[in-house]
Amino acid sequence: MEFKTLVFFFLAAILVFASLRVVTLRNPVHAALNLVLAFFSASGLWVLLQAEFLAIALILVYVGAVMVLFLFVVMLLDINLDRLREGFWSYLPLGAIVALLIVAEMSLVLYARFSSVQESVAGQADASFSNAKAVGRLLFTDYVYPFELASVVLLVGVVAAVALTLRGKRKSKAVSPSEQVFVKAADRVRIVKMAAESSQDEPAGPAV
Amino acid sequence: MMVETLQQLLPGFLLPYLDQALQLGAGYFGPVVWQNLLTGVWAVIKVMLVIAPLLLVVAYTTYAERKVIGAIQVRIGPNRVGPLGLIQPLADGLKVMLKEVVIPAKADRAVFLLAPVFAFAPALVAWAVIPFNEFLIVANVNAGLLFVMAVTSISVYGIILAGWASNSKYAFLGAMRSAAQMISYEVAMGLSLVVVMMISSSLNLVDIVKSQDQGLFAGMGLKFLSWNWLSLWPMFVVYLVSIFAECNRAPFDLAEGESEIVGYHVEYSGMAFAVFQLAEYSAMLLGSTLVALLFLGGWLSPVGFLPDSILWLFGKIFALLVVFFWARSTFPRYRYDQVMRLGWKVFIPVCLTWLTVVGVWMMSPWNIWK
Amino acid sequence: MGSMKEIFNSLLLKELFKGMAVTGRHIFARKITVQYPEERTPQSPRFRGLHALRRYPNGEERCIACKLCEAVCPAMAITIESAERDDGSRRTTRYDIDFNKCIYCGFCEEACPVDAIVETRVFEYHGESRDELYYTKDMLLAVGDRYEAQIAEDRECDAKYR
Repeated sequence: MEFKTLVFFFLAAILVFASLRVVTLRNPVHAALNLVLAFFSASGLWVLLQAEFLAIALILVYVGAVMVLFLFVVMLLDINLDRLREGFWSYLPLGAIVALLIVAEMSLVLYARFSSVQESVAGQADASFSNAKAVGRLLFTDYVYPFELASVVLLVGVVAAVALTLRGKRKSKAVSPSEQVFVKAADRVRIVKMAAESSQDEPAGPAV
Repeated sequence: MMVETLQQLLPGFLLPYLDQALQLGAGYFGPVVWQNLLTGVWAVIKVMLVIAPLLLVVAYTTYAERKVIGAIQVRIGPNRVGPLGLIQPLADGLKVMLKEVVIPAKADRAVFLLAPVFAFAPALVAWAVIPFNEFLIVANVNAGLLFVMAVTSISVYGIILAGWASNSKYAFLGAMRSAAQMISYEVAMGLSLVVVMMISSSLNLVDIVKSQDQGLFAGMGLKFLSWNWLSLWPMFVVYLVSIFAECNRAPFDLAEGESEIVGYHVEYSGMAFAVFQLAEYSAMLLGSTLVALLFLGGWLSPVGFLPDSILWLFGKIFALLVVFFWARSTFPRYRYDQVMRLGWKVFIPVCLTWLTVVGVWMMSPWNIWK
Repeated sequence: MGSMKEIFNSLLLKELFKGMAVTGRHIFARKITVQYPEERTPQSPRFRGLHALRRYPNGEERCIACKLCEAVCPAMAITIESAERDDGSRRTTRYDIDFNKCIYCGFCEEACPVDAIVETRVFEYHGESRDELYYTKDMLLAVGDRYEAQIAEDRECDAKYR
């Protein structure tokens, strides 16, 4: 057995184990952490396939940003596990059937590819081959329309999020830092030159 | 790799012994296994060669910080433990190691102890792709810069998990604050790095440094003017300040404002707390190194008549660390809403604008990065 | 035009550099640290440190157990019991100062009609438990005997202002 295969099985085993834990653990935060572990193993598998750009992007986007927000939500939710688990067994057959259907469909779609993919097809690129460059070239030539479409969808998402949360101008009297930073000492203090008063007007000595 | 490096490093009279040893090993294990063994051992040695000095430097960064801040405040700083107080970091380390790690009664023990590791590990892992010069690098990865970004984005988990696992309201609120801060500044940081990638047309850190070695000023011998800091000045500022915010350093040290605000690690003590501190300082070291590599020309010499050397890199890192300390003793702490405002309303627009400007510039006939 | 200048200045971090210049100037300034055990700041003759009970030159203790210090002590740190001595004079049988309570205000010294209780320049005494900071009459007299020269000199310096 080659060393690479060993690494593959090691990562795959962790991936499967972590994914199982995601759905079986009682504590949602622990489940989310296992999902992070699953992401790491998956990105390890992609590195084995020499798709290091995708592997790193997976960690950067999903582990670094999405899962963090997910953890926020999970930590702030007060989840009543007993209520969630109610009727788990009665729904199990239905769930199992759906899961089996999905697996069957996926394998039908992917099987043809699986059987034909050899490792040599994936390409043993030399060390100077830049994955990012290849992905970028594809994205901005062959797939430029889907790519732009996806970015427009994201933009719409941003606008929608702002529109949903924006409640008009706040009526508080909070200070505006952007105005504050432009204030200079000269705007606030006026230095006035005055003629000195003669000492006779002053009281004779300091009050005791 | 190991063999070639050893052959270069060892003095001539030792070389035959090296060959003998190599042949002996090859004969004993068989040539294939021996080769794999050498590769594995060499990888471990390389990692140790980076990590061990790194930890020492991190320890002495705390000493340097106390000395510099002391000097700025017209004090002397630590000077009692050993000559000039040089043993102080070791004494500090001994102290925290002997202290008890108090785990709150209702804390999630496993996650509570895992959190400092999550905070510390990324700052060490990222050094795998940091080049010290063209050849001194643990792993010369093509997407090195992306790797660094991905790995450093993980350190936010340490903060969130620490806050959550402590099972304390204050720690949790502190964690939310710090995590939101880190995520916000990661966006600005990423955008400023995109510009750097654009003009060096590479994700490889070695290539990025090399690309700073050319240009109009480099030809004139004033190499330091052709480094990225000048042509990308706004990005340089954004990146430097984002590093401050990423490391939770003053003036963005809302995680640990000694006098006024509690952070995510209130419930930590002893070595567990010390690991958070180590994480902060090693993240700072990593940040300085990245700024030195991406914007200040890494190991390149600032003027034409001096040779490039790894010492330049160390000098730049040290100077940037001093800037960290200097800023800490100069600027007052930002209020939280101001931190967020700076990140979202100032840095991101500045980055996007400069991204467009540089994009247009590169397509124009006045492109200076060819 | 003015706002353009502002934006330019803020992009060039003018204000930040100004601030850093101010602090940076002090990096190489002469340090004002007093390295305590080796170096000391000068003390006033009116320094209020550890208390002492004084004696007359002939060895007789000054304290006449008038209990003015006990009465004036705002922290109620002083405890005095008195009795008639064999020679008929009134003397303390107990004179305790609890330094956990004492606030070093110097009122006892002011109140004393015979300059018996005084505060010395000693400030480096310590105790590892609270008991050790509870000074009895013997201990206070011992402090007085030990530092009498310094105490007398300080009283002399201050005498003309009283």
